[in-house]
Amino acid sequence: MPKVKFDILESTCVPLPFENIDTDQIIPARFLSATSRQGFGDNLFRDWRYKKNGEKNNEFVLNNPKFNGKVLVAGKNFGSGSSREHAVWAIFDYGFRAVVSSFFADIFMNNALNNGLLPIVISDDLLKKLHGMIQIDPGTKVKIDLEKQTFTILSAGDSVKFAINPYKKECLLKGLDDIDFLLSMKSQITSYENNKSLVK
Amino acid sequence: MKSKTLFDKIWDSHVVRSIENGPDVLYIDRHYIHEVTSPQAFNGLKERGIPVFRPGKTLATADHNIPTKNQHLPIHDQLSRNQVERLTENCQKYGIELFGLNDPKNGIVHVIGPELGYTLPGMTIVCGDSHTSTHGAFGTIAFGIGTSEVEMVLATQCILQPKPKKMRITLDGELHKGVTSKDIIMHIISEISASGATGYFIEYCGSAIRKLSMEARMTICNMSIEMGARGGLIAPDETTFEYLKKLSSIPGIKDINSSVNEWKKLQSDFDALFDRDLKFDAGLIKPMITYGTNPGMGMAIDDSIPMSDAIGNQASSSFIKSLDYMGFKPGMKLLGLSVDYVFIGSCTNGRIEDFRAFAQIIRGRKKAGNITALIVPGSKKVEDQMVAEGLIELYKNAGFEVRQPGCSSCLAMNEDKIPQGKYAVSTSNRNFEGRQGPGSRTLLASPLTAAAAAITGRITDPREFITEEKKVKK
Ligand code: SF4
Repeated sequence: MPKVKFDILESTCVPLPFENIDTDQIIPARFLSATSRQGFGDNLFRDWRYKKNGEKNNEFVLNNPKFNGKVLVAGKNFGSGSSREHAVWAIFDYGFRAVVSSFFADIFMNNALNNGLLPIVISDDLLKKLHGMIQIDPGTKVKIDLEKQTFTILSAGDSVKFAINPYKKECLLKGLDDIDFLLSMKSQITSYENNKSLVK
Repeated sequence: MKSKTLFDKIWDSHVVRSIENGPDVLYIDRHYIHEVTSPQAFNGLKERGIPVFRPGKTLATADHNIPTKNQHLPIHDQLSRNQVERLTENCQKYGIELFGLNDPKNGIVHVIGPELGYTLPGMTIVCGDSHTSTHGAFGTIAFGIGTSEVEMVLATQCILQPKPKKMRITLDGELHKGVTSKDIIMHIISEISASGATGYFIEYCGSAIRKLSMEARMTICNMSIEMGARGGLIAPDETTFEYLKKLSSIPGIKDINSSVNEWKKLQSDFDALFDRDLKFDAGLIKPMITYGTNPGMGMAIDDSIPMSDAIGNQASSSFIKSLDYMGFKPGMKLLGLSVDYVFIGSCTNGRIEDFRAFAQIIRGRKKAGNITALIVPGSKKVEDQMVAEGLIELYKNAGFEVRQPGCSSCLAMNEDKIPQGKYAVSTSNRNFEGRQGPGSRTLLASPLTAAAAAITGRITDPREFITEEKKVKK
């Protein structure tokens, strides 16, 4: 588990306004044979980014030079399906540091937080508005302040609070790691085992 | 004492510590791993220079990235071979039991866990695979995790997890002939959508659930994740205990009867509260099929594709994009549509009961000429049993070939891919774009519906065959 810090991010956005984007789309299974965490960014959204003959699909947003930035703005129910953490690694490896949606799948949310990729939930209405603004002006910037838990569309001035588990927030702000934390609890875990464990 | 759901009882008894305003530290009884989502976790241990904390509580299998032909030969694809070799090395190095290729106990992780007696009532079970929810059929809390969490469990046998909300789904009434547990769960998902249970853990109850076999219950719990739920569970009962008593051995248990007495306590209190309560009538369920690119896009096989997204109130761009991908139009009927492939297998429908159901329709008939069929047992044990029951012979006579066990065309990491643009009636669990190969078009269905398609070459209502069968018997 890598240690990643997150505090304030100001960036333009890449819009992907489809609902129910599953992790098979984010990184197709045939690219899961690697045994390290690096390099998955090359195959992020592979089957949308490239045509069947291997050429770039210029209609896909990642191939459109108008749009870039560290924030991916998706549609509702992002990251459903397979638990593959490779999906988060691919998004992070490509250069994104936050994903914005009105709804995330549970496992994706955990995986993202465990890798320093911030999942930000905003309302359906605000998400729609943001997509509209990015289409009109690809230079639309957002600011994410983790300490204050605020998400701001800079040009419009819309600023909303987003939710995050306080424990996870602290980990991200300080670059702390869950495993170090759990390892520090070894004696408590052992005494739990001695008293309760079902499988001996 | 406050009344509790079964989920609460198991969860609460596994909390090592609750972090204020944070997740619980949850103790894990059983950890299953496979070749695809574990190598990076082992790398993490190596970098930290720490061992696996409780190697005896982790079990490994190779299933996702393996061929289903010539498994005795070295794996042809270099990346796949490398991944399987890393798993073997890691298991040896850390002292983890591995059911590798050619091991008589090898198979899909969610098929072998239960059949080898490792999945037991009251446990917490995790695996780096979303369909870990399958094991909930035994009255366990079982859910899929990411690779960072696999590393947590290897390092400490614990996981940090916020407690999900609880949902109860009650199914009463009588199932009709030709309707299977696959249709039950596909019906429920189509009603509440692919994200309708996100944030929840489901308990399935009701008279129609009680009547189901363990295999059928596993199919239901398996697909809980397809409506976004962390998992689903069913309280153990006589059916569960009978299944377990029939196993040749259960690791770690000497006297099954005293365990059964403990397991009988695993029930929700009658007045326990759920955050959400849903009821369904088994008598209203028909054989189901999907028409879109997520499992929520399903309908009764004789229905028409809706004119607009059943969940939103208008034809959203995502809905249209999905139908375009499938080559369908709103309002279209699927009955009679010619298909190209049939896949029977996966952790959803790759158990012996599924192959018996398939045989029920295949017996005495021949495969349609336009169909390529992939028939893949969920495990070596299932394969052995198919041989013993003469099913492989029966399939062969009908023109089918049976492959060796693995995930196969369910996620198409190996060569078992559905080609671009082709239609596959599949007993697996996901119809995502490209799930069964780039450009593949998946129609999820039960083994009976898949058999009817394999015989006719078209989407066919399996009830046509079932009634016929009944008449013959009379
Ligand atoms: S059969 Fe399919 S769903 Fe099940 S574990 Fe394998 S890949 Fe996952």
